[in-house]
Amino acid sequence: MRTISAAETAPATYAWAVHAEQLRVKAGRHLAVDGLDLRLQTGVHGLLGPNGAGKTTLMRALATVLKPSGGQLTLLGETVSGRADLRRARRGLGYLPQDFGFYPRFTVREFVEYMAWLKEVPKPAIPGAAQRAIERVGLTAKADAKMKTLSGGMVRRAGIAQAIVNDPQVLLLDEPTVGLDPEQRLDFRDLLADIGVDSCVLVSTHLVEDVVAACTDVILMSEGKLVFQGGPEALIAHGDQGDAGFSPAERGYSALLRRHRGGVA
Amino acid sequence: MTTHPDAGVLARYAEGDPALDEANVWSVETHLETCADCRGHLAGHAPDDTLALLERVAAGIDRGIADGPSPVPRRRAWSAASRRWFVVTLAPWLTMTAAVLGCAVLLQLGMPELPSLVLLLAPVAPLPGVAVAWNRRTDPAWELIAGTPAAGLGMLLRRTAVVLAVVVPLLAVAGARTGAPLALMLFPSLAFTAASIALGALIGVRRAVLVLAAVWSLAVVLPSLVTSELPVVLHPGGAAGWALAACAMAALTAARADLFRRLSSGN
Ligand SMILES: [Zn+2]
Repeated sequence: MRTISAAETAPATYAWAVHAEQLRVKAGRHLAVDGLDLRLQTGVHGLLGPNGAGKTTLMRALATVLKPSGGQLTLLGETVSGRADLRRARRGLGYLPQDFGFYPRFTVREFVEYMAWLKEVPKPAIPGAAQRAIERVGLTAKADAKMKTLSGGMVRRAGIAQAIVNDPQVLLLDEPTVGLDPEQRLDFRDLLADIGVDSCVLVSTHLVEDVVAACTDVILMSEGKLVFQGGPEALIAHGDQGDAGFSPAERGYSALLRRHRGGVA
Repeated sequence: MTTHPDAGVLARYAEGDPALDEANVWSVETHLETCADCRGHLAGHAPDDTLALLERVAAGIDRGIADGPSPVPRRRAWSAASRRWFVVTLAPWLTMTAAVLGCAVLLQLGMPELPSLVLLLAPVAPLPGVAVAWNRRTDPAWELIAGTPAAGLGMLLRRTAVVLAVVVPLLAVAGARTGAPLALMLFPSLAFTAASIALGALIGVRRAVLVLAAVWSLAVVLPSLVTSELPVVLHPGGAAGWALAACAMAALTAARADLFRRLSSGN
């Protein structure tokens, strides 16, 4: 249990937690996100797309780590494109990069607490916030183990713990289920659903089934553009028996991509 | 607040007498919330089985606290851990800087006819440390850190301050040993540190350090070794110019502080 501050119950003054208009972001010299329009509200959103669709670049731009080269990006009502001060928006962000580095000699607790401090969680609240985040990802037994002794799945869960330690209103997870075993995957879906009740969660993944099972909203990206946004049922409805894939959702996914490529070519 | 409920009503309330009507229960409860005296009386009216129950619960809680894991000590382990990491990362580079300066001192004492090597090296002495302090290759959690509100110029300056806290005393000692003027040891090194950060805003600190060190070596160090004469910029009159340059570079950096908030491709 924790006490809820007045700031948390105050009504939001913005319409969309994430609002991108004609967003363009470069990855190196390549324009990986090319004129993307996206609006996200509270809930769990699954970001799908083939390799090279620009998912990771979009995630990095939303995490304010990369500067957009064009367009408008607003997070939690704060403009974060251009020369804006990112501090306020960043306090409400949680981000797990796809390949995230960590300090191998840190314990899980030190790692999560250090990240909480960098996220400007008030100092007296840091130990409690870290403990709660570690419990939520099921790493309590390993809290005082060094990061370098953890398995791949545990490292990923420690990464999720640091992402949620500041109770972010926008949580960005890039391929968070890599390295998790099936049981941990199910736990992770429950955690997502729990966080998605009052936060905007964007999960990028290449597993169509994960998205259908855990997300309230599906976003499909291809070649840096938004191809589809809608509920899992709408994604399924796009598929025919003739489309590639082992499940209705996968058939919907490949039908949408095929139509998009056909339209572009 | 106004009138205390009488002892009989309080006793019936404590026993949970069903004959006590709802309006009475309600008024007793409202009164109890604000009156410590009556709460005290209420405890005295509690029936034995309630007291026994409370006793059992209290004993159970005490046992649970005694048997359970002790609370996590509220030390700031993360703070020590992050400092430990920084020191471990920085130590080899600062040791190298100290070794190079030491060699320069020995060379100069052994061969006084050469131009002061210590003076020639002083400007670039903090640069290796600065490059390591702000570098995605030496900081494994770079991308995680780059997305936090604390990331930015303030963090870079804190790390740079640690480097200077080691390098400046080294320079002072080297200057004292060789008789080089202190101002000419310190101001050029501060100017170069500030310049590497200002230029780093545009091309990344690591690249800025490489560029500045290369320019200094080719344009100043090499010619003065060839001609065996100290360049004009390192003559005693030059100190004020270096101090001015350091301030200008610092101002330039402060003006573009926003450039340090992102994951710049150069770092
Ligand atoms: Zn009273």
